[in-house]
Formats: sequence, C-alpha cells, structure tokens
Amino acid sequence: MTPEDIKRRVEEFLAEHPVATTEPSAFLHARYRAGLAWVAFPEGEGGLGVSRALQPLVNDLFDAAGAPDNNPRRNGIGLGMAAPTILAYGTPEQKARFLEPLWCGDEIWCQLFSEPGAGSDLAGLATRAVLDGDEWVVNGQKVWTSGAHNADFAILVARTDPDVPKHRGLTYFLCDMHDPGVEVRPLRQITGEAEFNEVFLTDVRIPDAHRLGAVGQGWEVANATLNNERVAIGGAAMPREGGMLGVVAESWRQHPDQQTPELRDRLLKLWVESEVARLTGARLRQKLAVGQPGPEGSAMKLTFAKVNQQLTGLDLELRGEEGLRYEDGEGWTMVRPEHVDFGGRDAVYRYLRAKGNSIEGGTSEILRNIVAERVLGLPGEHRVDKDVAWKAIPR
Amino acid sequence: MSAAEVELLDNELDADLRATVRSFLAERCDPAEVVKAYDGDGSLTPVLWKGIAGELGLAGLLVPESYGGAGASAREAAVVLEELGRSVAPVPFLTSAVVATSVLLAGPTEAGADLLAGLASGERTAALVVPLPATAAQPLEPVETEVRSVAGALEADTLLVPVATPDGVEVRAVPADQAQITPVSSLDMTRRLADVRLDPAAGEVVVAAEHGADGVRSGLLAGAALMASEQVGVAQWCLTTTVDYLKVRRQFGRIVGGYQALKHRLADLYTSVEGGGAAARHAAGALALGDVEEAEIATHVAAAYCGDLAVTAAEEAVQLHGGIGMTWEHPAHLYLKRAKADQIAYGLPGLHRDRLGTLVDI
Repeated sequence: MTPEDIKRRVEEFLAEHPVATTEPSAFLHARYRAGLAWVAFPEGEGGLGVSRALQPLVNDLFDAAGAPDNNPRRNGIGLGMAAPTILAYGTPEQKARFLEPLWCGDEIWCQLFSEPGAGSDLAGLATRAVLDGDEWVVNGQKVWTSGAHNADFAILVARTDPDVPKHRGLTYFLCDMHDPGVEVRPLRQITGEAEFNEVFLTDVRIPDAHRLGAVGQGWEVANATLNNERVAIGGAAMPREGGMLGVVAESWRQHPDQQTPELRDRLLKLWVESEVARLTGARLRQKLAVGQPGPEGSAMKLTFAKVNQQLTGLDLELRGEEGLRYEDGEGWTMVRPEHVDFGGRDAVYRYLRAKGNSIEGGTSEILRNIVAERVLGLPGEHRVDKDVAWKAIPR
Repeated sequence: MSAAEVELLDNELDADLRATVRSFLAERCDPAEVVKAYDGDGSLTPVLWKGIAGELGLAGLLVPESYGGAGASAREAAVVLEELGRSVAPVPFLTSAVVATSVLLAGPTEAGADLLAGLASGERTAALVVPLPATAAQPLEPVETEVRSVAGALEADTLLVPVATPDGVEVRAVPADQAQITPVSSLDMTRRLADVRLDPAAGEVVVAAEHGADGVRSGLLAGAALMASEQVGVAQWCLTTTVDYLKVRRQFGRIVGGYQALKHRLADLYTSVEGGGAAARHAAGALALGDVEEAEIATHVAAAYCGDLAVTAAEEAVQLHGGIGMTWEHPAHLYLKRAKADQIAYGLPGLHRDRLGTLVDI
C-alpha cells in the first residue's frame, strides 16, 4: 500500500465520519474498525497489515483534520508494550476482547513485572499463581508500577511452577486491576511526586482465558514486551532538535548571560550525540518497518539514557541561579501525575527524573550485557542459578 | 524530502556494490601487503587503484553521465568508502574521485570537462592542492610556491590548484610532472602526504573564477562528509576484529570476552559504531539530495562524531588485543594510524562542532 492509498483511505473515512459531528469515542472506535488505528497491525485488529513507516502519515492526517486522539500519553504501557505482546501471543478471543478498548483509551494498562526481590533478575520473581478450577489465584508484591493508580488492566508475570529452573516456571497474564485483591500504594520518588506504585496482590483471581501464551512460556512473552519497551523508551521518532535536546538548546538561547565556551562545546557535543541517536533510531525504524524489535533496541535505550541524563544536568548549569530553584508547579509536594513525562515540569524535575532512565526498562548495565551477548555473541555471564529449581535458589 | 527521510540502509544496489568492493579488496588488499607502505614499498597502490578505478569503474561514481561518469551519488561513494576504510586500502578514491571531482563539478570549463571524463574513466587521477588539515579554501598567489602536507598528490597525474585572481578563486590543473612532489614520512602511510612545489601558471583553468571558491568549498565539504563513511569502515573493522579475538583468547582458563568489564566496553563501542553508521549515511544522503545547508549540518554532525569514533575504536582494538595489538605484525596499527590521521585531515571534531553551532544557533 502506498502513502497515496493510505491518504485516500483516511480521506474517505473522514468523509464518512465528520470530525465535527461524530462523538469522539464513536469516532475512535470507527477509526479502529476501519484499520486506521495502528496500521501495521493486521486487518480486523485495528490495522491494515502495512508498513509501520506509514503510521506517522496517518497520525498527521488525523491531527490535521482536528480528529480526537486516544490520549496516547495516558496509556503508554498499553499502546507500547501490552498491545504488541497481545497481538503476538493472544488468542483470537483475547485480541477481540482487549485491543480495541486499549487503543481507544477506554482501558488503561500498567505493567506488573518487577518485584522487591526481582529487579534486573526479573526471571527470579516470586509472585505465585496457582490454578484453581478455571481460575488462577495470584499472591505477591510488585513494584515500580507506573500508573497503577489509573490502570484498568495489567500485564503480569507470575510463577506457576517453582519446581523447575526460574525461566521455565513463569506464565504471563492479563490482570484486572479492579479485582478486590489488588491494592495500589504510592511510591514516592526523588522528584517528590509518586508516579510509581507498589502493588500488593492478595488472592487475586484471573480467569485462565486471560493467560497470554502457554503455561511456562511467560519468560519468552515477557521478553517480547521488554524489547518493545526499550524501543518505546529509546526509539521514538522526533524532528531534529526535538525531545530533551530542544528543551536544553532553548535554555541556552534564553540565558545569554550564562554562556561560556566550555558550556557551548558540551552542549554541541550533546547536540551531535542527540542527532546521531535520532538518526540511529530512524535507521532502526527503517529496518523494523516490518517485524519485531530485537536486541538492537537495547543499544538505542542505552544512548537515550546517557544523553538524556547529561542534557538535563547541563540544563541546570545553563540556568545559573534558576537551576537552584524547584518552584515550578508543586515543587517537592507529593502529587500523583496522570502520565509520565520526561520532558515536563521544570529543569530540576527533569534532572532528577532522568536518573530513572538508566534504571527503568532494564538498567544500562543489563542492557550492555544484552548487547554484548545477543548482538555481539560474547559469552554469557556465569549463572549459578541456571539449572537449579527456582525454589532451591537462595534468597 | 526532510532530513529524517534519507534512506539510511543499503538498498539492493548498494548491497551489490558493497559485495563487489569487499570481495575485490579481500582478494587484493591483504594487510600484509598494505603494511609494506611503511617500509618504503608503495607498489600496492597503483595496482589496487587501477582495479578500483578502471576494472570496477568506481572513480566516476560522482560524475554525471553527461561527463562520461556513472551518474551515481554520494550515497554510493559512501558505500565504497566504508569498504575502503574497512581494508585501510591505500588508494586515492577520497582525494581524486570525491574531493577533486567535486571541485570540478562546481562548474568545469571545457578543459575541466575533459579532465572529469578522464577521472571518471580511471585514466586520470587528480588531487586538490591544499595543506592538511584542510577546512577552508586557501587560494594560492599566482607565483611559484610550496604547499606542505598535501594528500593524494603522490598518486595524481593532475594537481588542482586554487589560485587567487582579481575576479575570485580560479582552479588550475597543473600536470604533476611539472611540479616538484616530495613524499613525506607520514603518520598514515596508506594515505601518504607530500610537499608540493609548483607554479600555478603552468596549469590551464578547469574551474573559472566565478565558480572556483564554491568548487573548493564543495570539494572539502564532500571530503569531510564522505570521510565519515571511511571512518565508520575503520571502526567496524576494529570492532569486529576485536570481538572475534576476544571470543577465542583464553586467560585464567576462560574466554576473555566473557569478562563483563570487556563486554561492556564492546557493547558501548557497538552502540557508537551503529550511531556513526547512521550519521555517515545521513551525511552522504543529504549531500546527494543537494540542499547545501542540510548537507552542511549533516556533514558537521557526521564529521564530529565519526572522527572521534574511528580513533576510539582503533584505540580500543589495540588495548583489547593486549600485547599483540602493539606489534607490527598485527594490522591494528594500520587502522590506528589511519583513524588518527583522518580525525585531523578535514578538520578536528571540535571545529566541526563549532561550525555546526553557528548553523543551528548555539
């Protein structure tokens, strides 16, 4: 399908569903059913089975027409991580049940992966799921759950077999966050606010029909999610001098009194690195125009974290006295944000929030292991727990 | 077309071209032959250049068909340069088929057009007479003079000389046999420098004064833009060779490449090499599209990034090979010398950043 074909489809759709007279939710559902939601998805699942490269064009055409959007920032985990995983591993019934309300923003998603005892070693997680009739009973504690307080559903990895080595005893579920056994508690961060949560799961009941993939296949399914996450964090398409670079370059221009040759060269180094990262992302997207993200996404995320942290640190230096004041919005007051925004609030917030970039979605250290082992083919780390039943691993 | 839409991957034709150049170099450009240049035996260069320019017909990539060239673009030249960099091939492709050719393309006179046809066919080889590091047009006065540290002069039969005239800079072509060309013992003997003494009056005008300054500027821009691809090729060789070595080298009873301290260094190097590949291809693509300001921005980005990248990659290769990396026998030193010389030749990374800053209001 050519860009012209897609353009024609969007125009026909807009003629049939005038923006001015169509109720926003009805518009979004109709757009989904017309295959103009995520065009790379198959027909019948909100897409047309065409190249991912056509998506920006479709979004631009709808934006230009003033069409309502699905508020993608509120549902980043749903759109960026849950959806591609459900598409890849879901049954026809699961795809039919979950994808449309997810894309339309009717149901917001969060991610129940990490635990207090399972961070980088995600496969060591301890939350248990036990089959009881045709339902799974889940008990355990999850942590670093962005947006759990707004979520309707979660992608969840739990241990279904403690008697086999850790990677083999995991299963992936779609968990209803409104289940009475789900308790969400805010987790306050170094920014002062609580974007994350701790989530306690007590006798949560999940129908077997909401298991994604086979029993014991959870590690494979979770990796599909994580690869998508790394691309979502590190690989977003943007214009030149977009993203954090744009924010900091503007700081430079706004603060001529603070300009020195040393700061200028540091900013230009980061300008070059940001631009190179942007081009690397563009090239990766050209490579991925069809197909799933692989371990190369880890390299993108490594660069993103490094550059973002350096830029936000430099931004404070460029602002002189302003860099010492955290006065924007609520300051240190504990608040519950609606969505994650790395570029939001003021420079102090951005500096502190960026510290998470090299931790969330895989620490930079783990990502370097992934690149070294899966891209370069270097030997794996020594794993003492590899062939040991999970329950026999010391913890 | 916006900057982001430049095709950053090899298409089918690029892949064919790459395979052709790679197999040619694998056969004819053995590191054991290349290293002889450092011991005074430069005999590989003419043989190799005859093959690349003549047999493979690559000298005319940038020359339009109307001048007898292949009518390809900087994108294809970038593919060739990546492969030449990967083999540290001692050929004047960059100096003749890119820099000198781009100077002439700005507006050749009749004699200039003849020269372009000769360059495209591989029968002639030219070099722009500028001292390295070359970052801006430095026209000569029309009197006999010496220019130090010129790249490509030793391989050239024709020297392109920018000359200051009352009407502007004109470019004259002086036959190499009418100049005194003294080889220099160079940091990088695979792109050996020479000191050149000549009288510009001995040459005929190949680019008239109205286009000469533009020609020199676009020649140097193309040189910096496409050298980034050569630097990526150098870095790719260093990364691949080092990874391969660390997969077999054992110490303390284990494969050295399994140590996390080394894995993480190589993961970082891989990440940088991928970035350099995208930046260099983008610069070549922007040059091919012909928007001067876009091409300048893309070139400064690629030159600033890839100049340091190749040096880092070569230094890592030497260090991570341990003692063997310090030997004459191992080819790593050929790449280190090329990388360090390349980093300086068309402007240091800091200079490219400074010029970038002027263009992007920083």
